[in-house]
Amino acid sequence: MARASTGPADGGTTRTREQWSGQTAFILAAVGSAIGLGNIWRFPGVAFDNGGGAFMIPYLVALLTAGIPILFLDYALGHRYRGSSPLTFRRIARWAEGLGWFQVGICFVIALYYTAVIAWAASYFVFSFDLGWGDDPTAFFTTDYLQVGDPGFSLDFVPGVLIPLVLVWVVTIAILAAGVAKGIERANVVFIPLLVATFTVLVVRALFLDGAADGLNALFTPDWGALGDPGVWIAAYGQIFFSLSIAFGIMITYASFRPRRANLTSPGLVVAFSNSSFEILAGIGVFATLGFLAAQEGVAVGDLEGLTGVGLSFMTFPAVISEMPGGQLFGALFFGTLVLAGLTSLLSILQVVSSGFQEKFGWSPRAAATGIGSVSAVVSIVLLGTTTGLIFLDTADNWANNIGIVGSAVAMTILLVWVLRKGPELRYHLNAVSTFRLGSWWYVCVGVLAPVVLGYMLIDRIVDLVQNGYGGYPTWYLLTVGWGAIAFMVVFAAVMSATRWRSDPDALEPWPPYPPASDTRAVKEAQR
Amino acid sequence: MTTEAAIFLAVTILVVWGGLVASILFLRAHPESRRMPPGGEDDAAETAREAGGPVVHDT
Repeated sequence: MARASTGPADGGTTRTREQWSGQTAFILAAVGSAIGLGNIWRFPGVAFDNGGGAFMIPYLVALLTAGIPILFLDYALGHRYRGSSPLTFRRIARWAEGLGWFQVGICFVIALYYTAVIAWAASYFVFSFDLGWGDDPTAFFTTDYLQVGDPGFSLDFVPGVLIPLVLVWVVTIAILAAGVAKGIERANVVFIPLLVATFTVLVVRALFLDGAADGLNALFTPDWGALGDPGVWIAAYGQIFFSLSIAFGIMITYASFRPRRANLTSPGLVVAFSNSSFEILAGIGVFATLGFLAAQEGVAVGDLEGLTGVGLSFMTFPAVISEMPGGQLFGALFFGTLVLAGLTSLLSILQVVSSGFQEKFGWSPRAAATGIGSVSAVVSIVLLGTTTGLIFLDTADNWANNIGIVGSAVAMTILLVWVLRKGPELRYHLNAVSTFRLGSWWYVCVGVLAPVVLGYMLIDRIVDLVQNGYGGYPTWYLLTVGWGAIAFMVVFAAVMSATRWRSDPDALEPWPPYPPASDTRAVKEAQR
Repeated sequence: MTTEAAIFLAVTILVVWGGLVASILFLRAHPESRRMPPGGEDDAAETAREAGGPVVHDT
């Protein structure tokens, strides 16, 4: 807890803020957060649709000019102001606290459906052993497994989803309740090496399938014309942005658990390149596998359907697994990695919510995890454990990401750099504690490039959603679930900002002091 | 694989995985800054955090 000065209720003691046990633990946890479902099921399809090999150029440009700079911004915020998003923004400016709670709201909404995807993957892990999806994986997924109904709200629970969903929530709450070091850190120390090793085995197997080379040709053959298409560059920035878990509180919260005298930017580079390295690995594995499916069906890879998202994982991949020799093991590895990648990201998402409440109300990690986890679990089970779960997920995911997270990033960068003029202080902070020093180029990235590109993405998406709707769902449903999710985040932010803090949130002297008091060599170096 | 695709596969791996290796090597060579300003040492003691007990501490 950040200066959790407490009253008589717990004996008038003060709790220390939790910390990672070391730099490696922090890196593993941050990598665990960044590597999620999007790395496996989003990147390969996005790269293929946007120029193949040529996409790697805007992808790398986006990584260096937006992904890493915003990641550093998150680190600087959480580390300097020693709190999760609400406490951090409150300490920067009293009226900015709402932005922090808006980010907590995003995390709450995402956690509701993220858990369901992990539950589906856990089910499919079990199905893999006897190829339980049969001859028609698409029909099995929508009709037999999820029993998808019409858009709306239903209380027709689907036992096959409900049971794994409850189990995922129990495991998640148990890990969160154990705290940052004993829960999240230990889980990541085990899960991340396991995830990388398992996925590597899966990719190596995929490379030896018939048609794997055709799949890799499809993914890596460059379409140079794509580089002249602004949409391709936007897609690259979008992929980097969504993949790195930035600008919605996670990295702010994780950085706040680093000791004050701790290196930030150099571990950040390791985290960012680890995330991208895993994405490339996933691209190779997924397209080698799709090449095999195309060869089996006698079509070109580009003619296959379901190359991204839920369709790729729960419809296309089961079809491939059924056709390949030793498919049971391949399926277990694939869905097992989905569970691991999803769970480590889910923990980080919920930690933002948990920390926000711990700091505001002086709750212990256990109380916060149990209380918030239980409420989230009930809402999640009611919304996602029923026949309308898939439609809710599809809609809420679209709004939470494209409007919620992108809006949060635009607001955050403009607020910090242009309104509050915190750029020099945050850069000074990063350079004072880190070994990889930032030049003034960092201002350009977070103050100009990021808000311009992300602002364009935000406006473009809002116009598109208003004009064309989404997914063919009825307008009332999109208003309720899609725009309703955003309205919930805004109202939640307003209500929580108006709520009284348990202890004085402003009782903090940011270290190192800024502007620096003396013109020492260290200060000069940090300012360089 | 076609030569063009193979080249792009190799270059992508070289740049991204190379970036990972380079960032790890850089971190190993420079794990902590030796030019930090004074202060900032009042953060949680390791033992206190592990024990999880009540500790008087100001972050």
